Amino acid sequence: MARTDPKKEVVIVGLGWTGSILGIELAKEGLDILALERGPDRSTVPDFQYPNVIDELKYGIRYGFMQKPRNSTITVRRTLDETALPMRKLGSFLPGDGVGGAGIHWNGQTWRPMAEEFRLRSYVEENFGADLIDEEMTIQDWGVSYEELEPYFDRFEYMAGIAGQAGNINGEIQPGGNPFEAPRSRGYPMPPMPEQTDMRLFREAASAMGYHPFPRPAANATQAYTNEYGMQLGPCNYCGFCERYGCINYSKSSPQTCILDALKRYENFSYRVNSEVLRVNLAADGQTATGVTYWDEEAQEEVTQPADMVILAAYQLHNVHLMLLSGIGEPYNPQTGEGVTGKNYSYQMNGGTTLFFRDHNFNPFAAAGSSGVSIDDFAINQIDFATEGFIGGSYITAGLSNGQPIRGISLPEGTPGWGAEWKQAIGEWYGHSMSIGSHGSNMAYRDCYLDLDPTYTDRHGRPLMRMTFDWKANDIRMTQFMRRQIEPIAQSMNPDSWRSSYKSEGARYDIRPYQTTHNVGGAIMGTDPNTSAVNRYLQAWGQHNVFVLGAGAFPQNIQYNPTGAVGALAYWAADAIVNDYLPDPRPLV
Amino acid sequence: MSSKTPQTTRRVFLGGTAGAAALAGFSSLAQSPDTRPDAQAVPLDDYSPEFLSAAEWTFLLAATARIIPSEGDGPGALETGVPIFIDRQLAGEFGTAADLYMEGPFVPDATPQLGIQSPLTPAEIYRQGIPAFDDWCQRNAGAAFHDLDTDAQDSALQALADGDTDLAPELREFWSLLLQNTREGYFADPMYGGNAGMQSWIYIGYPGARANYLEWIGRDEPYPLGPVNIAGERA
Repeated sequence: MARTDPKKEVVIVGLGWTGSILGIELAKEGLDILALERGPDRSTVPDFQYPNVIDELKYGIRYGFMQKPRNSTITVRRTLDETALPMRKLGSFLPGDGVGGAGIHWNGQTWRPMAEEFRLRSYVEENFGADLIDEEMTIQDWGVSYEELEPYFDRFEYMAGIAGQAGNINGEIQPGGNPFEAPRSRGYPMPPMPEQTDMRLFREAASAMGYHPFPRPAANATQAYTNEYGMQLGPCNYCGFCERYGCINYSKSSPQTCILDALKRYENFSYRVNSEVLRVNLAADGQTATGVTYWDEEAQEEVTQPADMVILAAYQLHNVHLMLLSGIGEPYNPQTGEGVTGKNYSYQMNGGTTLFFRDHNFNPFAAAGSSGVSIDDFAINQIDFATEGFIGGSYITAGLSNGQPIRGISLPEGTPGWGAEWKQAIGEWYGHSMSIGSHGSNMAYRDCYLDLDPTYTDRHGRPLMRMTFDWKANDIRMTQFMRRQIEPIAQSMNPDSWRSSYKSEGARYDIRPYQTTHNVGGAIMGTDPNTSAVNRYLQAWGQHNVFVLGAGAFPQNIQYNPTGAVGALAYWAADAIVNDYLPDPRPLV
Repeated sequence: MSSKTPQTTRRVFLGGTAGAAALAGFSSLAQSPDTRPDAQAVPLDDYSPEFLSAAEWTFLLAATARIIPSEGDGPGALETGVPIFIDRQLAGEFGTAADLYMEGPFVPDATPQLGIQSPLTPAEIYRQGIPAFDDWCQRNAGAAFHDLDTDAQDSALQALADGDTDLAPELREFWSLLLQNTREGYFADPMYGGNAGMQSWIYIGYPGARANYLEWIGRDEPYPLGPVNIAGERA
């Protein structure tokens, strides 16, 4: 069975953050828009309402809001000669599905990358010499500058209602903020989140060592707020259920709380759920897309949906998968270095030190996803790469995002994982630990990329996407450098004990433990069609009516959580589409 | 050291004059955990397993009792109904791997870093893992697991955890499933069959589904209120 539906002016694939932003910005222009979401519909009520969503087993452990590997997964290998095997169960990262996407279940840390990160290769070459860049390291400039994106960061932060303390407004350093950040045109729309005990201890220790602590920028509202679309946020009540959960309280910025109810009022916008796009259809000459084909779960049939323009706004991995399946961009070849689609997949290099204090009560259940204190004294623009022998950087941070007990109770070094001693230890130490984490960059490499798997297929018979990724010495040196900065801070805080967890030489990528959902690259942006999959406006080089949103555009990973840059790029692309592309549809570069 | 046992939690609560007065409606908090009907030992003997056979049930009672023993401070797996939780999980979508990618080819002896690669569902891993492990216990310790003394049981579980029990690669996840499911049953909301009386939450000082702590931000002191569960019951 199959059907063909009437043509739309715009089809948006995926209704998370970027699909919602593009949806409303294009709906305002009067375009006839259909968004296709592979997962179910989701609204604050009933899907995130109290008390049902305060269920650690269902959502935190069984991943109730995440994609089901049975429906969608990838294969993974670490090297070109390893056989990739399917990720049968989620672990290392947790892509969402359903309306709102990963925008419902994030913690809400909303950063701007450093200006230097947008032109990383040039920055390294100019300051430390081209020889510092290993030929296996395929880092690139983004093709867009921080200065160009600043208004769009501002737009996203004011739309989402970010709470924080500016550190640099138009070049003037602001007390209490991050003095190393790039200049912003104005402060955050909401005051920063209040300080908790672990934040206070870290701030005091970092200050005493001459560092520059500042509150983490948070998509967790600190006051009542109404955004440009008339959507309202209420102040966070610290329920302790941010990451992996939808917000009960209209406090965490998400497509639901910030955009969707306003978007649904546009009669020229509609959306279908349980509608998984199978491929983008290209015209006979391959120069444009003619629409998409999707699987209608309710009707149990394939649907051809013609459209004048296709916006790929699914999660990074799914956008790249669709490009590979549809022939958008030449697939990247790691042997020759040619081709672009799937190139420069990167992850995030994190580590941390946990501190145990008998005499402090951290009450970790009283938490918001993003409350925390950070320092950027070891950020990308603060490190002499030539001296230290690596390219990259990290923010260093303390902040407890939840106290959910199944997800793990930190216990002192040497505590067994089960039995009487374990039981004794959880009683002694629950609520008495805090952590100082390093959230670091991850460079791109010739042999870390995405392509189609030769063996495994999904329920629609399509090849699964294959990820080839492993940790590299440069990034391990970076995280070990951060360890050497963090441990003295931890020791200066005089904990009863502490333990560290950082990747060390020879570490291999392990898909089992949760690490981060900051998967980037594969649909990278740039200025040269031979080395990037999309141009600086996120427009496919070969099909000018296809735009690819999201963190797939990052040519390597930044040292920050990606959503701030994902949001800014979405507004940047929307602006280019509305003001430049729609009046004259063509390649914008 | 802060209060963590049920007794001291109660003492702290009753001792907080203003807080206690303001929250006088929480009368159940003033009861001793030992006298609350929902804190009594779960009648495991009366439970009819949905998935597990009698022999499997016997194994699970013995194994979870060593993973989280009854001795010492805090409740054990048996007091909190962990075996009931695990049986219900295995009977449901978790047991049947409803969310997992289960298409072949399977390479169960691949490096563990590439994740589970067994063709078996979690329920099948328990079903085949229990007799395989019992057989190892018989050969190496002279009796099935539940007939061993507790020291020998602990040694056998340590061997299982260390991968030293010659289980087939398809059963490699048996220990990690057993450990993870035991912890889940201990700490999950009581509606899933474990964590009876919210005893594990009381023990560690976790308030459960209260989900509203704005006034508690930055306070470096023990939280005084006992937990609530998703059904709205207070412990």
